[in-house]
Amino acid sequence: MRSEVDVVVIGAGPAGMAAAAAAAGAGADVVVLDEQAEPGGQIYRAIESVERDRPADLSFLGDAYAHGSTVAGAFRAVRTDYRPGSTVWQVGDLGKGKRRDVVYSRNGVAETLSVKHLVIATGALERPVPILGWTLPGVMTVGAVQSALKTSGIYPAGNLVLAGSGPLMLQLAAQLIDAHVPIAGIVDTTPPGGLSRAFFHLPRALAAGETLLKGWRMVRTVNRSGVPIYRGATHLQAHGPAQGGGEQGGGEQGGGEKVTSLSFRSQGADYTIDADVVALHEGVIPNTQLSRLLQAEHRWDDRQRCFHPLTNQWGETSEPGVYVAGDGGGIAGGLAAARSGMITGLAVAQSLGLMAEAARDFTSEEQRLRRFIDLSIRPFLDSYYPAPDWIGAVGDDVILCRCEEVTAGQLRAAMAHGCSGPNQAKSFLRCGMGACQGRMCAASVTEVMAATGGATPDAVGSFRIRPPIKPVTLAEVATLDAG
Amino acid sequence: MFQRLPNLIRKPISFSFEGQEIEALEGDTLASALLAAGVSTLRDAPVSGTARAPYCMIGVCFECSVEIDGISHQQACLIPVRQDMNVRRQQAEKEAGDALGG
Repeated sequence: MRSEVDVVVIGAGPAGMAAAAAAAGAGADVVVLDEQAEPGGQIYRAIESVERDRPADLSFLGDAYAHGSTVAGAFRAVRTDYRPGSTVWQVGDLGKGKRRDVVYSRNGVAETLSVKHLVIATGALERPVPILGWTLPGVMTVGAVQSALKTSGIYPAGNLVLAGSGPLMLQLAAQLIDAHVPIAGIVDTTPPGGLSRAFFHLPRALAAGETLLKGWRMVRTVNRSGVPIYRGATHLQAHGPAQGGGEQGGGEQGGGEKVTSLSFRSQGADYTIDADVVALHEGVIPNTQLSRLLQAEHRWDDRQRCFHPLTNQWGETSEPGVYVAGDGGGIAGGLAAARSGMITGLAVAQSLGLMAEAARDFTSEEQRLRRFIDLSIRPFLDSYYPAPDWIGAVGDDVILCRCEEVTAGQLRAAMAHGCSGPNQAKSFLRCGMGACQGRMCAASVTEVMAATGGATPDAVGSFRIRPPIKPVTLAEVATLDAG
Repeated sequence: MFQRLPNLIRKPISFSFEGQEIEALEGDTLASALLAAGVSTLRDAPVSGTARAPYCMIGVCFECSVEIDGISHQQACLIPVRQDMNVRRQQAEKEAGDALGG
């Protein structure tokens, strides 16, 4: 099947919902494609079904999550062609006019949408945390545990260890404590001296006083909970049952291999604590899979240690007609994501001729101001919880590419044999060519290659992303011609 | 590995994993339902054959890839569980590797 539409928004998180509502509200014909079964993105994941089926859970999931109900409600109130359960696997440049082809599958049937304006609102992912043992079953991310709690009301049983740094880990800890879920330990990798690092940014952060206050309440909840907190932790390593060392070495398929403990160093002492689930977290980074596929220009952000696509004030990338809204353009949080979504939606409506420039400017100016206020806490947060600086120097035994099981040592050895960049690492090592197509190793590969070769991350670059960006069956591809 | 918070409203449903019947609740993602049922690994890594389990739960890492009703490489963390779905561990990559002698 093939059809023409004015606007396609990919992703139904805060940015996607706001962009779609702004453009559709002005009269644009908008299709919203999202992988999930209901709107919300990751931050408000499953908000509608939690409200409907498990309203009591909102008491510990918190106000910031409950706000998603208002955001999703505003999206539902505007008429858009919303298609949940859709997986986009190709976006191509047709070469005729300014239209682009967005190809996606839903319920096993593929369809092509020929679009004038494409809004990428695919948000963020947690920065992969390459430590020894991170491929062991039971080692997951803080966001993964939170996601399971939101979508299904399940929580880790046994010894749960949270390990890492950042607001999301703090939020999950507070949520679990409020839900009376035991936490065996919090291994906090935030470098000591957070407040003195961030103090300079405190005055500006006061503009986002409500967010700051929520954060302080979470810190208080965690500190008063009695959960053991190991501060300034480094040298994290997850261990399985058999060998004391890393995760490598066979083990029978489907056997009992699972994480059993986490070892680390904290304030001069070495610890090993029992763990049935280890939840890692070192901040979030933009999901650039689609903007990379479209070969938009990207730039490295030294403070957040990640790439983001370059955009103008409307969110438009270096590729005309391709916009990025929300955290996919740089990490700013859910509230700011909705503002940038609205700004992009207005810009799209204006360029479709559905809105005067003056109207676009007037409405977006207010959003810009509000966004500026939402963002005022970022310098404080980014210096209190600095992005990890150790990934480029991880040990040679550490797996970077989980799919093809490529270690940092193999990558460094390939560089010694002339492998000059991430794209060559694919042919040397198959690194980044597995099922996840580099989503889990791209950030680490750039860090390791930059540190090893003494180059800047911008000079090293990242993987070129090729379609299909998600697995697709031949049967699905065949349905493209059927209609 | 995971337990459920008290549930008052959601409807129980069942599906099969590796031929075993699994109880779940309507609205669960498949990955959550399997974790809650005590299934600790969903696939084998194609290179080393080591067991893997969900890592990101947001559709990025592909560690929760399973075979559903005969179609492989499906992300269990994104798919709502359905009554009577037939789920198997993801092993296709390894089989393909073996066939190629790799």
